[in-house]
Amino acid sequence: MAQTITQKILSKAANRKFVDAGESVWLNVDILLTHDVCGPPTFDIFKEEFGPDAKVWDPEKVVVLPDHYIFTANEHAHRNIDLLRQFAKEQGLKHYYDVGTERYKGVCHVALAEEGFNLPGTVLFGTDSHTCTSGAFGMFGTGIGNTDAAFILGTGKLWEKVPESIKFIFDGEMPAYLTAKDLILQILGDITTDGATYMAMEFDGEAIFSLPMEERMTLTNMAIEAGGMNGIIAADKIAEEYVKARSKKPYELFKSDADAQYHSTYRYNVRELEPVVAQPHSPDNRATVRSVAGTKITKSYIGSCTGGKLTDFMMAAKILKGQKVAVTTNIVPATVQVARSLETEQYEGVSLKKIFEDAGCSVALPSCAACLGGPADTVGRSVDKDVVVSTTNRNFPGRMGSKHAGVYLASPLTAAASAIIGKLTDPRDFL
Amino acid sequence: METIIQGKAYVLGKNIDTDQIIPAEHLVYSLSDPAEVVLYGKYALSGVPPAQGGLPEGNIPFINGDDVHSAFTIIIAGPNFGCGSSREHAPFALKVAGVKAIIAESYARIFYRNCVDGGFAVPYECTEHLNQVINTGDELRIDVASNTIENLSSNITYKLNPLGSVFHIVEAGGIFAYARQENLMAQS
Repeated sequence: MAQTITQKILSKAANRKFVDAGESVWLNVDILLTHDVCGPPTFDIFKEEFGPDAKVWDPEKVVVLPDHYIFTANEHAHRNIDLLRQFAKEQGLKHYYDVGTERYKGVCHVALAEEGFNLPGTVLFGTDSHTCTSGAFGMFGTGIGNTDAAFILGTGKLWEKVPESIKFIFDGEMPAYLTAKDLILQILGDITTDGATYMAMEFDGEAIFSLPMEERMTLTNMAIEAGGMNGIIAADKIAEEYVKARSKKPYELFKSDADAQYHSTYRYNVRELEPVVAQPHSPDNRATVRSVAGTKITKSYIGSCTGGKLTDFMMAAKILKGQKVAVTTNIVPATVQVARSLETEQYEGVSLKKIFEDAGCSVALPSCAACLGGPADTVGRSVDKDVVVSTTNRNFPGRMGSKHAGVYLASPLTAAASAIIGKLTDPRDFL
Repeated sequence: METIIQGKAYVLGKNIDTDQIIPAEHLVYSLSDPAEVVLYGKYALSGVPPAQGGLPEGNIPFINGDDVHSAFTIIIAGPNFGCGSSREHAPFALKVAGVKAIIAESYARIFYRNCVDGGFAVPYECTEHLNQVINTGDELRIDVASNTIENLSSNITYKLNPLGSVFHIVEAGGIFAYARQENLMAQS
């Protein structure tokens, strides 16, 4: 029987030859990811259900990356880090990346890739909705809650309903003004925030396979914004090179059969697409940047698992070099490694960090920061009736802090161009 | 599992994401220390813009003042309830506030799983736009056996989609209770 790449990976994890869309199967889990917001309650449930002296099923397969509330004076947030540290020590978890040490990484989805945890053909569950990001590596990654995570901690297994798949094919050569963020916002406008609920979103086509891994991660990252269970891109040479540079572990390449069944298929030519934003207050509220150009903004924010990777900053730097921003502009690298690269990577002979500082941006320490608002002292958090253009992933009311603020989701090119003018601006005006 | 769930309706719109159900700044409280657990009740649904809370009129608070329990125990909502972040704090907060059941046109996957596997509120799907015909404050009665909901304030009965394959997990009270019943808890 023909299968999609998602079916094939789930078949393997279920020790089966074939799994059918719609059936519920028990999966063996390769990696469980958790962080500072959902780790402590997960560990509590684990102990309550498996006993105070229980051990996790496999300490090699548990990855704990604190990233949400790191640079804050909030005492409860600090307590959550203490609880992670304590559990990691007691369970002998070697993949714990402690805050305030050289091991600290930053935003979990980007760090997973950097540290070589993303292996084609594997199954990843994480206590964060953007765990789907890892699907860019030809693997299954999806978000779960604390109870499900606690179940995995004890047993190494979880039930999942095999998803139907929607295929998105992007033909053509990517123009310089277009980014993966524009592609996923285009899709969201077409299928809406529940258009892929309980389904796999599979990306295909020459434009996709021309993208670097970090751009592919922007696509799979926002599958959840359409309700998707997972986003997935078959691993190719670019993916294998990335993986091999970071891991010596074995992996298995899967791709969809030519006659696999899809719920539906969407086809786009990237030459016909243009820069878009998601207007307040929903990621599917799409408009071309040109149609809303001139809308006044009060802040620009470039960061998060979606838009805080090195490629995102390289794009922003291209626009910001030699310019001055007209509004508060926060540069928030996702990880320590991205932050370091801002100092070493250059555009036209100048480091990205210097380009941003010269333009008047403020460069923050790596964490999730204001993508999800966070404690009151979080850098970049929206206040009052802020109008923010942001490279993050969600703009429901209150997402970045203030219930009364409006957030325009955009590409790093659009966020940078808009920062210079102080109004929503099409990046083609600067390219 | 209760076979009859009765309570007052709190009506919401579509795409109620988990940031509206429990804003991110409140995710720092303990989910096991009783003194802090009540804070999840206090701030449940506090991210919903006031005009969109307690439809059709709006501006009806879900929680009054410093209360930690709501007068409303059945949530009625449009499509895609619980979209966004994976935080289990969301169904947890609703449960702490006293919510027993949610009736929405559809759910985001993670929120739905969390409700079922965590044994929080029962997530029913309605078959029509109930958030347009039920008013906040209406007295509702869900009959689990017949998959129906009766609006006792208007004497109209509506059909609900059966819980289907997750019924046994809901009935058991969550994934752990279910797994013990089915002998799936052996540590590998």
